[in-house]
Amino acid sequence: MRPRAKDAPENIAQFKAPLVISHKANNALHVYALEARAQKLGLYKGQPLANARAMVQPLEIMPADERADATLLENIADWCDRFTPLVSLDSPDGLFLDITGAAHLFGGETAMLSMVTQRIAGQGFAVRGAIAGTSLAARALARHAPGSIVPPGCEAEKIAPLPITALDCDDKSLRALRHAGLKTIGMVAERLHSELSERLGKPFVTRLRVMLGAEEQPLLPRRPLPDLMTEQRFAEPVVTEKIISASLLSMAECLSSILEREGRGARLLEAAFFRADGKVERIAIKTGEPLRDPKVMLRLLRQKLDALVDPLDPGFGFDLIRLEAVLAEETKPATVSFDSDENARRQIGYLIDRLSIRFGEHRVQRFVPQDTHIPECAGVAVPAQDHDFDGQPWPLKRQSGDPPRRPLRLLQKPEEIKAGLPWAPDGPPKYFRWRQCRHDVARAEGPERIAMEWWRKHGYTRDYFRVETKDGQRFWLYRDGLYRQNGFAPHWYLQGIFA
Amino acid sequence: MNKSAKLAELRHSLAQYGLPPDWPAVATGHPQADAVLGGGLRPGSLHEIFAKGWSAGSFAALLAVQAAGSKPLFWIRPDYEAMEYGAVSPNGLLELGGDPRQLILVRTRNAADALAAANDVLASPHVGALLLEVEGMPKCLDLVASRRLALAAGENGVTVFLLRNGAQAEPSAALTRWQVTAAPSHPGDDDWGNPVFDARLTRHRAGGLGNFLMKWNPQDACFETANSGAVVRTPADRPAVAPARQRRA
Repeated sequence: MRPRAKDAPENIAQFKAPLVISHKANNALHVYALEARAQKLGLYKGQPLANARAMVQPLEIMPADERADATLLENIADWCDRFTPLVSLDSPDGLFLDITGAAHLFGGETAMLSMVTQRIAGQGFAVRGAIAGTSLAARALARHAPGSIVPPGCEAEKIAPLPITALDCDDKSLRALRHAGLKTIGMVAERLHSELSERLGKPFVTRLRVMLGAEEQPLLPRRPLPDLMTEQRFAEPVVTEKIISASLLSMAECLSSILEREGRGARLLEAAFFRADGKVERIAIKTGEPLRDPKVMLRLLRQKLDALVDPLDPGFGFDLIRLEAVLAEETKPATVSFDSDENARRQIGYLIDRLSIRFGEHRVQRFVPQDTHIPECAGVAVPAQDHDFDGQPWPLKRQSGDPPRRPLRLLQKPEEIKAGLPWAPDGPPKYFRWRQCRHDVARAEGPERIAMEWWRKHGYTRDYFRVETKDGQRFWLYRDGLYRQNGFAPHWYLQGIFA
Repeated sequence: MNKSAKLAELRHSLAQYGLPPDWPAVATGHPQADAVLGGGLRPGSLHEIFAKGWSAGSFAALLAVQAAGSKPLFWIRPDYEAMEYGAVSPNGLLELGGDPRQLILVRTRNAADALAAANDVLASPHVGALLLEVEGMPKCLDLVASRRLALAAGENGVTVFLLRNGAQAEPSAALTRWQVTAAPSHPGDDDWGNPVFDARLTRHRAGGLGNFLMKWNPQDACFETANSGAVVRTPADRPAVAPARQRRA
């Protein structure tokens, strides 16, 4: 994964000092990565930097940027998504591609391996690859015998001649193996597994077995595997919106026919646009109900594309477009309903989907009741797409025939007011000042005492008052804490506006 | 058809020009206001409500609750509104006699987004009412935008309430325009917690104007005449205000 100095011709590069990347570990600088020329001069990975400097002068040294390396690896993995949906990271410098059932699409394993390595190399990376039955076997072969393709069941045979460093275990185990005179993986594998397990621990034996193809180890995918996926590859990268739309529609039709056959619908759709220069852009849409209609899919996708802050940039064109149903759910049997209520409900659902896609799902909200006395927590706004909203009853606070006891609008944070003297020691203030305006209280009702739930540590007690000012405005005030607690005048807050 | 009949028909169609189609009106419950409005709020029309103080938001919300009936009520607010005037509380709506399950809140970044969302919402005939809150006088809300809102409202019969906080009246395509402030309740009233509004109907394209003291009754979810304490009483044997079509000015 070392970027090659591509723009520098060989003869010029010879005059430059060899490049070494340094890295600080255990409070000392070490060689983290190095050029092939530096390697020829006898430097090696993990060498103390002071030694390297003493051996070769001049030496060009750059500090390692691990974060940038990780981002680069992620980007390459994104690009590799075009070969298989299951790509897994092998940090810091490796990738696993699960090509089960995918190789024939690229003309067989040999052709696929050479294509992947050539195209990555073409982007300026030094790359080595191998294909084997298990991930660890492929990893060991890629690093120590690049280009090899192992037929199914022959891992042990191919792995056996590799040196024990290919096991990639810790230094202690390596030293132990060397002490025992074991030099290749084959020699280690000949030992009894119970012996190895006793000496080096069980994880080592598991690792060895996976490497030899005797055991399987699942890969950890970077992205959730989609339930369904369709894609279109283009011989010539496409740029125009018309073709992109048409291909999205044909893919949506393809998805919908499969979904229909299986009695399912997509809840989460993702369209991935693979640009010819390696950049991948993804847009995802979420729907409130399982969706199957290709026209609706296309409309939602187009809406999302239109609403993007930085619009989709085709650059030199897309050479692959993919549409995935990341999450597909069973639909209820589509009975033709003449019930207008049902139809209206569905139409409102579509409207909520459209708005959610356009403005973001957290911006289209409905409310669910909560069982609590704390006024600001009693009704919670949730994305309207996610919930079914029937059947949760809302508790009414007022008695029948009484005026409302909760305001229609609650300030996001209660605002402190300057309160005048109260009518009675425990009562509401005669006047108060809020947002630079003086309000004279004409009438008040209260207190309604609301205390924090007993199981919380820092409880507060609030005495709420409904007040009407002289000019008819109705506010919801509260006094924080009890009156004259600790000898201090209490603070007053305005929390809501009735009408 | 003779000439006079033709003329009368033309006059009628001219008078109806730009007005929403004739759906049955939704009564507000306040007798004088209903009489002036011709039976109540006309569905599929645009109503502008200008605020003075803090109360107009509630007034607009209550009208929207009435207009929505059993259909969903969409409330579109730019984020600024919640910061300045407080977030919508579903419990408050319930206490006023509305149903929080019907309410769908759309929060937008700015007024332009709010208008775009409103146009989306108005495309559906299954929406009961739309309450659109806009602060100040943004450039995007011009005569063209308000005309578009009115047309979209008329197409699907969705009643739109445009709540203008901190704005001056300007030319618009709205059917009615209201100036709303809070009014103190009558000293003799026991139920003084019920909101009372001093609502001035300052513009009405299809009828007369008037000032009304409207009190909200949360139990029946309708407005009623507030007791203003004045000596003039509502006549028992005839409507308080002449029907709109008989009046002359």
